[in-house]
Amino acid sequence: MSHPKLASIFNKDEKRVDWHDKALWFVRHKRDMSAHSVKGWEELRNLGHGIKAHMLSNLDNYLIQFEENALKNGVQVHWAANGKEHNQIVHKILKEHNAKKIVKSKSMLTEECHLNPYLEADGMEVIDTDLGERIVQLAKEPPSHIVLPAIHKDRHQVDELFQEHLGTKPCDGDPQYLTGEARKHLREKFIQADAAITGVNFAIADTGGFVVCTNEGNADMGAHLAPVHIACMGVEKIIPKQEHLGVFLRLLARSATGQPITTYSSHFKKPQPGSKMHIVIVDNGRSEQLSRPDFRASLHCIRCGACMNTCPIYRRSGGHSYDATIPGPIGSILSPGKDLTKYSSLPFASTLCGSCSDVCPVKIDIHSQLYKWRQIITKNTPQPFVKKQSMKFMGKLFAKPSQYETVGKIARWSLRNLPKSVINSKPNTWGKARDLPIGPKQSFDDWYKERENNKKSNDQ
Amino acid sequence: MKVGLFIPCYINQLYPQVGKATLELLEKLNVEVVYPSGQTCCGQPMANSGYESESMGTCNNFVENFKGFDYIVTPSGSCAYHVKKHYNIIPQTEDVVNVRNNVYELCDFILNVLKIKNLDASFPYKVGIHKSCHGLRGLRLGSCSEVVGHPYSYIEELLQEVKGVEIMTLQRSDECCGFGGTFAVTEEAVSVKMGKDKIQDHLNSGVEVITATDTSCLMHLEGLVTRNKQPLKILHIAEILNSHL
Ligand code: SF4
Repeated sequence: MSHPKLASIFNKDEKRVDWHDKALWFVRHKRDMSAHSVKGWEELRNLGHGIKAHMLSNLDNYLIQFEENALKNGVQVHWAANGKEHNQIVHKILKEHNAKKIVKSKSMLTEECHLNPYLEADGMEVIDTDLGERIVQLAKEPPSHIVLPAIHKDRHQVDELFQEHLGTKPCDGDPQYLTGEARKHLREKFIQADAAITGVNFAIADTGGFVVCTNEGNADMGAHLAPVHIACMGVEKIIPKQEHLGVFLRLLARSATGQPITTYSSHFKKPQPGSKMHIVIVDNGRSEQLSRPDFRASLHCIRCGACMNTCPIYRRSGGHSYDATIPGPIGSILSPGKDLTKYSSLPFASTLCGSCSDVCPVKIDIHSQLYKWRQIITKNTPQPFVKKQSMKFMGKLFAKPSQYETVGKIARWSLRNLPKSVINSKPNTWGKARDLPIGPKQSFDDWYKERENNKKSNDQ
Repeated sequence: MKVGLFIPCYINQLYPQVGKATLELLEKLNVEVVYPSGQTCCGQPMANSGYESESMGTCNNFVENFKGFDYIVTPSGSCAYHVKKHYNIIPQTEDVVNVRNNVYELCDFILNVLKIKNLDASFPYKVGIHKSCHGLRGLRLGSCSEVVGHPYSYIEELLQEVKGVEIMTLQRSDECCGFGGTFAVTEEAVSVKMGKDKIQDHLNSGVEVITATDTSCLMHLEGLVTRNKQPLKILHIAEILNSHL
């Protein structure tokens, strides 16, 4: 379904829209306070942008350097061209270790590759250990936000879910009780796990190490308890140097939730004695996006979610309305690169207000890219006949002043003289909830001409 | 200094009073203003809908009408922004480059080119400013809440000088109103909800009159205010700056 359709369904429950909007605005506000308290915040953003741009221009070299160093550290490195290969590699590693029970910490990449169903099909149990992720997993839904995956659910819905799946007592949505129960449930899973899968926030070329950021410590818990740790990363997660972490960790935590630092920034470098560590490096469309000059900066993204929190449309349409792994503004410039037709409504799900670009810690020109995708979409995907024709008509109309004048007159006359019931009737989507202005008798044009004529006759 | 006045298509047809106020204001400031009669639109409605290629004739017509002026002034941040940012689709002749460089939103022009702050206006009302996004984040007519830096706002600087005006503080100082051109129709549900929330913010802040540098946003908000019979008046900033009440 297209974004407008899903968004209008979400908007049927206005109260829900209100709390969704307020919850995310609260996060955006926290981000503001935190960013505004950092001297040189804008310089940090420039640096973040610059480092990422440099990395993308030298991606091949940095990837090779990263692999070399990781191998030296005793980590096994795998390369996957697409989601399918990624899943096969992970599956193979798990098989080799005879792993049946797997704990996973939040990773949008494994979401993107649909890893869970792939492993589950072979009888493996995959438990998402981030609380929000676990909630949506129990609800059999995809995450609706990249940092706050269950932000679309209120605590009463969580209460019901936990009763059903974890056997908790009804608690009127008491968050403390619910998180306590979730912790008990997850601890058990951690202890039983045969393998742990994590994402990667930053992979450091000059050390071969990588960093995973979580607020719940679930990545550490998984990786340290299980005998095998598989870390999955997109190629764009590389940063050249260890010292660059100082830029990105500061940007990421503040942009994501307004925290000065993420609770756990876990640095991994080599396997513990007796255990194994694997890194799977995935392309899955990224080098194709890199080949598009207008859209390559979309690969700067550090997945902080700030563009979602600030987006007035996202806040009022919900993450699921984007029907894509990565929703919101950044998703709307990434997804069309994967499937132009399927995601053709996403670049239009924006007023081009530009708030996303201004909030983005790595300065991705998101709204300009939305505009550029629009131009490509109208040329390359089927468009409604009426839209196409009316745009052509307008193009001609505005190119020739004389026709424009006549049409303007007719429009003003109609607004003045037709009854409201006709003006606001069905085909006029504008008029469903809004009045149209009352058409004035005289356009500015007419008034100006009259004035000039009067001036002339006065002069004579 | 020769100034060409650009009156956007929807102001020309639906809100001529905004055009009049703009012209009168500029004339009062002793600016030599000409309104070229062949002007139509800046091309934005087509371009933002993904039909940039259909708007080339419109862009050329715009340049044809406004080449040769020292400045082009318009009561629309959105249109000025469009000319500046998106007229890269036609060949960059000297005329096109000049037009793109010299197009100004009204408040920006008064404050930063004419360097006038006090326009001798009076307007004894509680005013809420809607900071239209293309003016704010496109033309940088003010600082926006996302970016860290020195806070400023051209429209506010001018309004502060108007006798009797009380500028009210909003909860969300610069969130989009939800107009967005064809977005208002294609994403009707979200657009309307955004507008409603925006209006509520003004109402909660005790605003009597909402103003902005863009009539397009105001048309959307006015449509909701009228339909829902809310106690708010909607005026373009030119109308307030041109008032003696
Ligand atoms: S595009 Fe920017 S703001 Fe959005 S998630 Fe990525 S880094 Fe964060």
